[in-house]
Amino acid sequence: MSKARSAPLRTALIHLALIAYTIVALFPVFLTLVNSFKSRNAIFREPMALPTPSTFSLVGYETVLQQGDFLGYFQNSLIVTVASIALVLLFGAMAAFALSEYRFRGNTLLGLYLALGIMIPIRLGTVAILQGMVAAGLVNTLTSLILVYTAQGLPLAIFILSEFMRTVSDDLKNAGRIDGLSEYSIFFRLVLPLVRPAMATVAVFTMIPIWNDLWFPLILAPGESTKTVTLGAQMFIGQFVTNWNAVLSALSLAILPVMVLYVIFSRQLIRGITSGAVK
Amino acid sequence: MSDTEIADIEAVPIRRSTRWHIAVFLAPAFLVYTAVMILPLIETLRLSLFNTVEGQLAFVGLGNFKVLFSDPRLSADFWNALGNNVIFFIIHMLVQNPVGIAIAAMLSLPGLRFAAFYRSAIFVPTLLSFVIVGFIWKLILSPIWGIAPGLMDLVGLKSFFAPWLGKPDTALITVSLISVWQYVGIPMMLIYAALLNIPDEVLEAAECDGITGWSQFWKIKLPLILPSIGIVSVLTFVGNFNAFDLIYTVQGALAGPNGSTDILGTLLYRTFFGFQNQMGDRSMGATIAAVMFLIILAGVSLYLFVIQRRMRRYQF
Repeated sequence: MSKARSAPLRTALIHLALIAYTIVALFPVFLTLVNSFKSRNAIFREPMALPTPSTFSLVGYETVLQQGDFLGYFQNSLIVTVASIALVLLFGAMAAFALSEYRFRGNTLLGLYLALGIMIPIRLGTVAILQGMVAAGLVNTLTSLILVYTAQGLPLAIFILSEFMRTVSDDLKNAGRIDGLSEYSIFFRLVLPLVRPAMATVAVFTMIPIWNDLWFPLILAPGESTKTVTLGAQMFIGQFVTNWNAVLSALSLAILPVMVLYVIFSRQLIRGITSGAVK
Repeated sequence: MSDTEIADIEAVPIRRSTRWHIAVFLAPAFLVYTAVMILPLIETLRLSLFNTVEGQLAFVGLGNFKVLFSDPRLSADFWNALGNNVIFFIIHMLVQNPVGIAIAAMLSLPGLRFAAFYRSAIFVPTLLSFVIVGFIWKLILSPIWGIAPGLMDLVGLKSFFAPWLGKPDTALITVSLISVWQYVGIPMMLIYAALLNIPDEVLEAAECDGITGWSQFWKIKLPLILPSIGIVSVLTFVGNFNAFDLIYTVQGALAGPNGSTDILGTLLYRTFFGFQNQMGDRSMGATIAAVMFLIILAGVSLYLFVIQRRMRRYQF
């Protein structure tokens, strides 16, 4: 391992560049959070200043909580995201196990078929998806969103999980078979616990696009009772454009859950990417 | 064929007459994926060949495509959106990916302190939804709030400030740069992972030959991470030609000012779903989706069958 034997000047320049870009990346988020706690006058007079006792105000948050049903939106987003991730993980792991464990006719072909969706975005089928959901009476239900996101998440999940399942030792599975375990117990009791780290990685990758999606909630479930946070924030801000306190507070509320999840899962996410899960 | 497979694989499970469990394992994923993704995609492609003629859905062959490409009203919108989308993609390739590679190259230097902090912080925008990103930047660039002109005043460039999002000739570039700001994290992470995978022996050998610093990056590391740059490029391509949310949030469904930020995603939304006094048109919507499908398919195939095959891969 070569230690940093380069000139200190070069290291300093590199830190300078990285700090500069970190500021570029974080500044807008910082600005939003800080100003959401200030009074309207202070937002305009001193946009860069931290809130002081004289400028501190929660009026924006009060408006948001009174006018928009953000708790309901949160609940919808949570239901959709959790249910979709659960289905993606369960169905994805089952399919990945079948593809990586058994040899049967059409195995490779089926693998390719299921991998198509990694590159072809599901959005392109929206016209017919809406048509189908109308026919099935699922428009403006969370079920329609869960179905779409499950289908959207499956290809990548199957791809990543089958790579990992190939690394589970055959001896272990065969020992289970000799002990009389059924193929189902081998999957649920031996293999699933072993690929848990990979499942966490898949969960994080699946979660981000689902939580942030605007397209499908807008088209499939725009009703008041099924709005997700992303769509709810979009519409709320559209209505309250001139109420800066409310807009900044709504943005902060929408940022918060993502940041909390990131803090919890960032190690998992980064390890997942750097260990080659998505290469 | 299956006989020979059994012959040379020892660990094949004992063959039973019908292995139902395989079907049980595969069925849920296969059914959901086929019913919600593949069939609608095929149905959309099929719908693009039909249109309403005298109140009845009738087969019109490539008629819809002809209308899309040459009808005076629709084709102007379509070519405008396609052109804007190409510019959107080019800006991403020229700004997002080089910046991502540069950050990854700096982060992966051995012994750099705070690397984990920089990495996490720079990845933050990528996690935010387009709605958040769009509105934050709309506020920052707004002449009413004055954050952007105020900041530019600090470095003496205030006279260059303009309401970029509101002017037709700068709006597209501004929106593209916002999108770049959000997505720099993806090339950064993927390239970072690729750089970490370069074995130390290779770099040590390079150092023994006196290749360090800049020339080490250009001559040793860059050729080794080319496959990852290829993947990043094709991901950017698919993402860009499928983009919608950011433009919808920042500029609205009409992708103003005056259609200058209209891309295929927003055009698809307006055509298919209808907007204000424009009626939704399912067949033309399907036609635009079919064109987007063909563009993405062409890009992905070009990558898989031409670029990836020619790329030299090194095994360590």
